[in-house]
Amino acid sequence: MLAKRIIPCLDVNQGRVVKGKRFQDIKDVADPVVLARQYSEQGADELVLYDITASSDNRNIFLDIVEKVAAEITIPFTVGGGIRTVDDVRHALRAGADKVSINSAAVKNPDLLTEAALKFGSQCIVLSIDAKTTNDSECAVFLNGGRVNTNMNAIEWAIRGEQLGAGELVINAMDTDGVKDGYHVPLTKQVAENVNIPIVASGGAGSMEHFAAVLTDGMADAALAASVFHYSEIDIPELKAYLSQNNIAIRSV
Amino acid sequence: MIAIIDYGVGNIKSLQFAFDKLDIKTCVTASKETITSCDAVVLPGVGAFNDAMKALEAHGLVDILKHEAGSGKPFLGICLGMQLLYEKSYEDGIWDGLGLLSGQIERIAPTVKVPHMGWNTLAHHRANPIISSIDEQSYVYFVHSYYITKPDQASLVSSCLYGDEVPAIVQRDNVIGMQFHPEKSGQIGIQLLKNFGEMIS
Repeated sequence: MLAKRIIPCLDVNQGRVVKGKRFQDIKDVADPVVLARQYSEQGADELVLYDITASSDNRNIFLDIVEKVAAEITIPFTVGGGIRTVDDVRHALRAGADKVSINSAAVKNPDLLTEAALKFGSQCIVLSIDAKTTNDSECAVFLNGGRVNTNMNAIEWAIRGEQLGAGELVINAMDTDGVKDGYHVPLTKQVAENVNIPIVASGGAGSMEHFAAVLTDGMADAALAASVFHYSEIDIPELKAYLSQNNIAIRSV
Repeated sequence: MIAIIDYGVGNIKSLQFAFDKLDIKTCVTASKETITSCDAVVLPGVGAFNDAMKALEAHGLVDILKHEAGSGKPFLGICLGMQLLYEKSYEDGIWDGLGLLSGQIERIAPTVKVPHMGWNTLAHHRANPIISSIDEQSYVYFVHSYYITKPDQASLVSSCLYGDEVPAIVQRDNVIGMQFHPEKSGQIGIQLLKNFGEMIS
């Protein structure tokens, strides 16, 4: 039986893993390679490495880290942040990433998803969507860490993303991100009901119950979280044991 | 020395790193001489079937791969590399594969999410050295949208359930296929690669 996945996310800034609240208050926490190995050994099912700096100098530092992580771990990982062209995708995959996550570049140039999927296969093209509730109580797609509203409906963009060639969706709910009050279960569920590709829920994990809720009621295939793992608030083996006891298919290590 | 076939597709680095962990020497190559001089062959691959076959043809590798598989050398196809071992694929057209194994490739029916992505459990069909020390229900990592249908049942070693029965490990003589990524399947995957390494005389 296909297991639900638990995915720690590592935000990498100038070679270090950071985590802030609501896209602010950034703090240094660890060496990404060390942390990646720890999570892999603890039973994480996948990792995401997110490059949160955009300059070309840091891009090279980041690709070095991608390669080091690939050498250390034997689980899949996705690379995101600043992926704008087919060449960016190629560089990330060649450095050892299994998948790339594309966010704002796909909004600006939807053909990028199709071109990258045709070139490398849909299975390695992840569309990441930053979604936030707007005045009319629907979720819109935002860019630049929530500063720019595209006025695109998040569900419609998810459906289009699948049609364009994305093989997986990350739904990053900005309403719940960093608050640790639970994932955005209704949004995740609504996306899941409208597409036939895997969904990764992101934003809001604070307790083990939150993971269980989004993987059952939220119909997510995977749950991503950062700070609860980085600050040891939730232990991955305990989380997986808990989910397993709650009859959620989970890979035991 | 294992020749990892480099024809411009796939996350070859991870495969090398996994064999490094086992102290098994590999070389990434598209050279006929190098491939012939190696003790075993690994054919990786991601992406589209037809693109991969065309890339093998463009690199002049089709005949040499068939020859190597026929020579009795341990030969492992991974993910799309496994699918290429078969006769025919129905991925966006009808394409001939290497024809080393009997069966065909079809898209996973949309009664389940496609791609099949994540950790799924192995059910063993028969004892085989390639699954030595691999327990029934072990989790391995799959990422694929197409799968082997109508496989030669005698070649089926392990399968998983995803909508349909999906052949996960196949073996006929020296030719082995793994639909999942052993290099991305944690300790279980490392053990599978170790088992493959032990087939090399």
